[in-house]
Amino acid sequence: MTKARTAIRVYVPRDAAALSMGADSVARAIAAEAKKRGDKVEIVRNGSRGMLWLEPLVEVETPEGRIAYGPVKTSDVEDLFGTGFLEGKAHRLCHGLTAEIPYFKNQERLTFARVGLIDPLSIEDYRKYDGYVGLTKAMAMEPIDIVDQVTKSGLRGRGGAAFPTGIKWKTVHDTHNAQKYICCNADEGDSGTFADRMLMEGDPFCLIEGMTIAGIAVGATKGYIYVRSEYPHAVDTLREAIRIANRANWLGRNIQGSPYHFDLEVRMGAGAYVCGEETSMLESIEGRRGLVRYKPPLPAIEGLFGKPTVINNVLSLGSVPIILDKGADYYRDFGMGRSRGTLAFQLAGNIKQGGLVEKAFGVTARELIEGYGAGTLSGRPIRAVQFGGPLGAYLPEHLLDTPMDYEEFTKVDALVGHGGIVVFDDTVDMAAMARFAMEFCTIESCGKCTPCRIGSTRGVETMDRIIGGIERERNIEILTDLCETMTDGSLCAMGGLTPMPVMSALRHFPEDFHRPVQAAAAE
Amino acid sequence: MTKSTLNVKNVAPAGSDELARTICAAHDNRPDALLEIFHDLQHDLGYVPEETLTVIADILNRSRAEIYGVLTFYHEFRRTPGGQHTIKICRAEACQAMHTQELCRHAQDKLRVKFGETTADGKFNLEAVYCLGNCALSPAMMIDGDLYGCVDKERFDDIIADIDRGATA
Repeated sequence: MTKARTAIRVYVPRDAAALSMGADSVARAIAAEAKKRGDKVEIVRNGSRGMLWLEPLVEVETPEGRIAYGPVKTSDVEDLFGTGFLEGKAHRLCHGLTAEIPYFKNQERLTFARVGLIDPLSIEDYRKYDGYVGLTKAMAMEPIDIVDQVTKSGLRGRGGAAFPTGIKWKTVHDTHNAQKYICCNADEGDSGTFADRMLMEGDPFCLIEGMTIAGIAVGATKGYIYVRSEYPHAVDTLREAIRIANRANWLGRNIQGSPYHFDLEVRMGAGAYVCGEETSMLESIEGRRGLVRYKPPLPAIEGLFGKPTVINNVLSLGSVPIILDKGADYYRDFGMGRSRGTLAFQLAGNIKQGGLVEKAFGVTARELIEGYGAGTLSGRPIRAVQFGGPLGAYLPEHLLDTPMDYEEFTKVDALVGHGGIVVFDDTVDMAAMARFAMEFCTIESCGKCTPCRIGSTRGVETMDRIIGGIERERNIEILTDLCETMTDGSLCAMGGLTPMPVMSALRHFPEDFHRPVQAAAAE
Repeated sequence: MTKSTLNVKNVAPAGSDELARTICAAHDNRPDALLEIFHDLQHDLGYVPEETLTVIADILNRSRAEIYGVLTFYHEFRRTPGGQHTIKICRAEACQAMHTQELCRHAQDKLRVKFGETTADGKFNLEAVYCLGNCALSPAMMIDGDLYGCVDKERFDDIIADIDRGATA
């Protein structure tokens, strides 16, 4: 075995999911072991490749490419060195070339092209992989042409509402106001979703570039990124990336000698799910209670501090650089129907190979869950899958052939939402899940609308009676009526969509609402 | 739960008015920076003492009632001193799919507290949260900003024991 003369690059992710499985101590162990053996290594803390069941996924750079080892524990490190992992040699934890792992290889990585590949805080790395090409092109265009490109790309709001991004931008572009804002909604509170977090931690400059392009397109000079407090790593990474971008003049005044100015600030939420609702988020950024606002006026006309404001999800803004770089047609050519481009699907819950899979729209839920995800982690049959977060529907196994497409999902009374997919095996009690949906609404309702504030409490009580076997048919009728009231009478999606998980559970899994009482005990 | 029964270290808001002034100034006394101001206060003191609200309201030129309303809206902010470490266990759907209910029961039994309470020795606050963004490695837990994945009962005990011993995570 020959010792390398130049330092061998070893990648150990700094993504929070990798850290949650001990990536920091693995990185320390690798450094210590290399020192002990006199091997020269350069440890790069990259984002995650998204194969989260393999985290910490350590990669070694070889002349053939990056070789993956995972999941690596500190106790594996000595053995890895012993079997020559610095030369990419075989080991029980070795998965070969990262780029050739089918889970990774078969994806269509547009928004997440750089995540896991680069050092997230290296602007040089970022530029080496096409970073700032989109912004450079945008700075040479008329602002309205930038808006036009985004409209033509077919990009729709990735936060879940799927509103065409270009149309939103056009509205703000057309307003006349000396001050406009770009707000990035990074309050990713939906259970089963982590794509925003992965992009912010793995490729923060991509979001910063997207927001800068948005600023130029609509005439905004100031942006805010509202990140939930449950994401401290993302907050730190973004703040550092903003400092670096400012120093390199990719933010601030006269960006790269252009006439454009753009400043960016990170604001941290404080544990309120409802602040993911756009107007509630605006209130929170203004330093107030996160109470939902009435619309109209639309935030595009009167948004943050009463000024015209673009509010987009992290992934919408993170998709803008590649659209400007490669053109609207390139992006639009992915996908199906009116769902264009790609979505970062997130496989979560009871799943063997959980992680992030970026694919063009049109892939079926089954391909994702059974193909990529390899079924349940418990090995038991899939019984229910919740799509689109806690306000999304539960679908039974037989509907998993539905293509992931906004319109196709509407046809089965479900939502694609932010691409979160939470798998449950056959031990799940769907009446308990319906009760939880109501309980969650009682905890997180902002309190503005009566159907949401009080309806959810009545919903929990009604579910308790159903579960407890008290006048079941009558209470199911009350529950159904209550859900209708919440859907029709709430201002925002919190109260308006809480009925979706509840009613889908009732529709697809009625037997769980009729179980013998002793077997149906709530948790 | 009264303050006096809790961690003595945090019960002295002496100088907290001054700290509040300093923190407000660091945020240019901007009324919209209120959440950031609360975060900073909580970071330094472990909670946001109600005594500081009058000072903050004066500086930001907002009413005390309004400031109080903001403080009480957000789950993250504590109004009473708590333990040295805050354990947040995810109760959301993806973690439920991996039986977080069992972890929640175990944690409450083990620490002999319910969610929202502080252990008798003042070491741990136990809180329920709804999603930590680690849904492919459920159940998830966060302690003082450090995230943990695939937390079963044994792993929970090991992590708590490490922290109890004062070992760094």
